[in-house]
Amino acid sequence: MLTLNRIPCVGEAVRDALVTFKTNTALIEADRHRENGRWTYRELKQEAERFAALLQSHGFEAGDRCAIVMQNQSKWIFSGLGGFWAGGVLVPIDYKLTVPEQLAIAAHCKPKVLVTEYSTWAKMQREDSSALEQTIVFVTEAPEGADLGKGLRFEDAPSGAFTLKHRTRDDVACVVYSSGTSGTPKGCLLTHDNYLEQAQVLGRLYPIAEDERFFSILPTNHAIDFMVGFIMPLMMGAAIVHQRSLRPQFIRASLKQYEITHIALVPTILKNLEKRIRERLDDLDETPRQLVDSAIKVNDFLTAKEPNHTLSKWLLKPIHDELGGKLKNVFAGGTFVDRKLVEFFYELGIPVAIGYGLTEATTVITVNDLKPFRSTTVGKPVDGMQVEIRNANEEGVGEVWVKGRTVMKGYLDAPELTEETIVDGWLRTGDLGSIDISGHLSLRGRSKNMIVTEGGKNIYPEDIESAFDDLPGCEELCVFAANYIWPSQSMLGEQLIVVLRPDNDADVDVDAMVAELVARNRKLPDFKRVGGYIVRNDEFPATASLKIKRNVLAEELRALDRASAVIALDS
Amino acid sequence: MSASFDRLTQLCAKRYSVDASIIKAEGDIFETLGIDSFQAAELMSELEMEFDVEIPDYELQDIKTFGALSAAIDARI
Repeated sequence: MLTLNRIPCVGEAVRDALVTFKTNTALIEADRHRENGRWTYRELKQEAERFAALLQSHGFEAGDRCAIVMQNQSKWIFSGLGGFWAGGVLVPIDYKLTVPEQLAIAAHCKPKVLVTEYSTWAKMQREDSSALEQTIVFVTEAPEGADLGKGLRFEDAPSGAFTLKHRTRDDVACVVYSSGTSGTPKGCLLTHDNYLEQAQVLGRLYPIAEDERFFSILPTNHAIDFMVGFIMPLMMGAAIVHQRSLRPQFIRASLKQYEITHIALVPTILKNLEKRIRERLDDLDETPRQLVDSAIKVNDFLTAKEPNHTLSKWLLKPIHDELGGKLKNVFAGGTFVDRKLVEFFYELGIPVAIGYGLTEATTVITVNDLKPFRSTTVGKPVDGMQVEIRNANEEGVGEVWVKGRTVMKGYLDAPELTEETIVDGWLRTGDLGSIDISGHLSLRGRSKNMIVTEGGKNIYPEDIESAFDDLPGCEELCVFAANYIWPSQSMLGEQLIVVLRPDNDADVDVDAMVAELVARNRKLPDFKRVGGYIVRNDEFPATASLKIKRNVLAEELRALDRASAVIALDS
Repeated sequence: MSASFDRLTQLCAKRYSVDASIIKAEGDIFETLGIDSFQAAELMSELEMEFDVEIPDYELQDIKTFGALSAAIDARI
């Protein structure tokens, strides 16, 4: 059990563990079927201290920001720990964003140091060679003789010794961007207290033993993997496994090869595993299939009240072997999960812990405690977290407000946004929900104009409108999350729609306008594409400065019947 | 276009039962073949076997068209 009450900061919590578990394997990095390296806790400590010394050789001081743009790999962990031990504030930036998006975040948080892979640094230099002028850039894995511009090699030897810098609970540990590649960047200020409180609570709910292994495949910059795939396994003496290729066949191979016990996934990967298992079951002849079906029923009966991994693994060995044979805890986060998918895995004796969380609340607000398993809700609040439904309607549905020690300090350099979001210590989530008699939270839609993709990305419709600027014949347009206009009972399959107002003074060819819309829509990444449109001839409600009053327009649209008003776009 | 583009076209057409003539250098891989990201990952692995090359995931992230894919393969043959 994790007891962190006397620990002042994340860096020291992990440092304590590195001393305790010296000879345990801490980290394994695979690349396809090759193993790039493996490090004990002692070796990890040496690597992280080397990087901390390198930072300090270049004038890095306590409170300075260290941004990391890297896929999941060993040097992410070395940089993260080294940054913490040098007293730094980490800024984990999504390596899947485009380079201009990454540079926009860096411009907002102005890090003293940025650590990135050679391939990303090469793109950053091509994009804007003057970017990051005030930032020291460390580049990993650069080929011999490569032109790094102002970049320095991550592997260089430090010129001085390392000095451990202490931080307090109230100091900011990380700035984590929950969105904001355009508009107002939302950099959540998360303190050491936020992280340590969350780690202690989750460590009690989902302990990971010394000989167990966490497969870290969600990006470590994401709040969930940062917590359960980086700092928690290291605090508890377990091992982290990275796979640098996230193609399904390598993920499945690593599950087996490294005897993975814990994993956090987004539903898309969970669906891929489900598909694979179903294909295997369908391949069975009639008699073995009947035996497996019977075993599933027996397992379902015996684990109705509480999961029993040992029993399920014995009863359903061939299925568990397909997932490596040791897998016992799956966390599905980043978005909302189809209950049928969760039920499928539960019936096979592989409970999927579903929950609800926001970066603004460090990671997790509620989790399904699996006692008994209920796939229809996102569970009960974790210890120390209060959840209330505000402004509830007659059905008990209202905005979810949360309070607890894991709620962030605020947004970086955005006092007004912080004031709107945190009211008297309560975090307004912008999600709509209800709480049932047993205290389980169900989510019912959003009171914020946004969607969360299956991959866990927050998409703000306003950020997409520029893709449709100057659409021929279009006087004005507005993009909405359909679930914001017409809250549904489900957060699955959220859709963006665009409202178009043709120029009434011109003889507009609406078909041509829509054709252009379709063409531009196709150029967007799939998760940013709009799925339908509404043509509206009335002027949009606007402020005196001619900004569209989105909430008023949404209110007017709400009166329409969604099914008949929205015309689907073929993308 | 290069010989690898022609081989690539034939392989994709056969694998996804589409007419090879719809595969253009500037065509979007996902749209043309009607595949999702997991199917694309499977396709990449098959192409790597066919051409005996290895294209890292970070490079694939920026490849959207058949022409770009063919160029990435050519750069490694």
